[in-house]
Amino acid sequence: MRFVGFLLLVTGWFLVLASIVLLGSPASRGAFVFAGMAVETLGLVLVFRSHSIPREEKR
Amino acid sequence: MTTHGIPEIAAVACLFFIFLTPLAAAGLALINAGLGRSHSAAHIMMATLTALSVAGLVYFAFGFGWQGFIGGQAHTLTAAGKGWNWIAAEPFFFRKLALNGSPAFLAALLQIFCVGLAAIIPLGSGADRWRLRASCLSTAILAAWTYPLFAHWVWGGGWLAQLGVNYGLGNGFLDVGGASSIHVVGGLTALSVTWILGPRRGKYSSDGMAPAIPGHNALLIMFGCLLALVGWLGLNSAGAILFTGGEASGSGLIAMNTLLSAAAAALTAAFITNIRFGKPDASLTANGWVAGLVASSAVCAFVVPAEAVVIGSIAGGVVTFAIEWFELRLEVDDPGGAISVHAIGGLWGLLALGLFGHFHAPVLNIAGDSLPATASDSGQLLAQLIGIATLLGFVLPLTYGLNRLLNRLYPYRVSIEGERQGMDLHELGAGAYPEFITHTEDFIPR
Repeated sequence: MRFVGFLLLVTGWFLVLASIVLLGSPASRGAFVFAGMAVETLGLVLVFRSHSIPREEKR
Repeated sequence: MTTHGIPEIAAVACLFFIFLTPLAAAGLALINAGLGRSHSAAHIMMATLTALSVAGLVYFAFGFGWQGFIGGQAHTLTAAGKGWNWIAAEPFFFRKLALNGSPAFLAALLQIFCVGLAAIIPLGSGADRWRLRASCLSTAILAAWTYPLFAHWVWGGGWLAQLGVNYGLGNGFLDVGGASSIHVVGGLTALSVTWILGPRRGKYSSDGMAPAIPGHNALLIMFGCLLALVGWLGLNSAGAILFTGGEASGSGLIAMNTLLSAAAAALTAAFITNIRFGKPDASLTANGWVAGLVASSAVCAFVVPAEAVVIGSIAGGVVTFAIEWFELRLEVDDPGGAISVHAIGGLWGLLALGLFGHFHAPVLNIAGDSLPATASDSGQLLAQLIGIATLLGFVLPLTYGLNRLLNRLYPYRVSIEGERQGMDLHELGAGAYPEFITHTEDFIPR
């Protein structure tokens, strides 16, 4: 889950970069930037969940 | 009269502002020490000194070579006909840097303090369990690679700064005083370190409780806040002159916005904690103050005072909830609140610049012809979002990966016995307060 989370973070960033290079209109560029950030958010959620402390390790 | 590209009066003012910036580091160090436990107070101050030393020396050796300055030598990639300036190509060890008061020299001088400031942010998060040598190694990575790379993109005329001229996105990604390159980079490093270290012993119990471990000295925290304000005035003013082409006369507005943002943030935090807990919380109010300073770093030169108050208020409010969210919901044990204050506060400041920023004069954040002021507002929000996406999608994985690798080679966390004994005694052999023992169990043989 941790690896997938970080992969999604990087993937979201690549989406944002691709939108700058490949898209011309402000609307489509903005939509893709938001889409990339949504993917990053999903990645962040996974990374945070992967770092939650197992019950047996709490002391 | 000009000296090497900027007016002489601006160069002198800039030098004065740079001399104030170490006070920001002193303030953060006191806040970190005060928010930690008494049996680790000397350790965290020692770690601050070593982090500042390592960061300065490593940045001198390698960092500036990769960060560079606007208009300096750089490597450029070409994508769809546009040049992407991604890393500087300056010689290491400040070779070929004119040591004569030029903008490049002033920038290098400021950056030595800035990288030190970024390096001490994670110390508050790793308090009570992060080994001294490990923190030095982590600082070396930050100063040699993570910080210079991102700072080049923002402050060295890199591809984020070029978003305006290349793709018509406002003035490109803007950050006056280091909300992104210092604070968010430092805050994300703090998050990575906290994940790698895990929580302090006793922080999370198996019954689902997370007892508060209060800071040991509110006086240090509050005095640190006052010192930090002076440092921030210098940092924001110097950054505005060097990295956005601001005039020395604009420093008055910058100082006003910095103070108003911090004041609004602190009062909002005090108000919220008073409503929620019945009394204002000193440590959360202090964290709100610093969050206001951090948010002001992004926007201080481009907003009017009333907007600085709004931005600071939101920063102060968000931080009080973010600290609780990280601690209780996300189980991130961050004794100094550095992640919420620096990463969340910085991200909010960067976003706020896109929402509130006004550009009445050309912004000189790239080499060559700058954009006219009238053509700069549209697309600024998108440029800021791209910068934020880069921090989360590139800097966080990078700093986490590097620190995790380092943790494999040299474990970050102190032994159980060392944590029980306290970092002062375990790593330094002496406590910060030898004459009054507050944790007697630390000194009794088991």
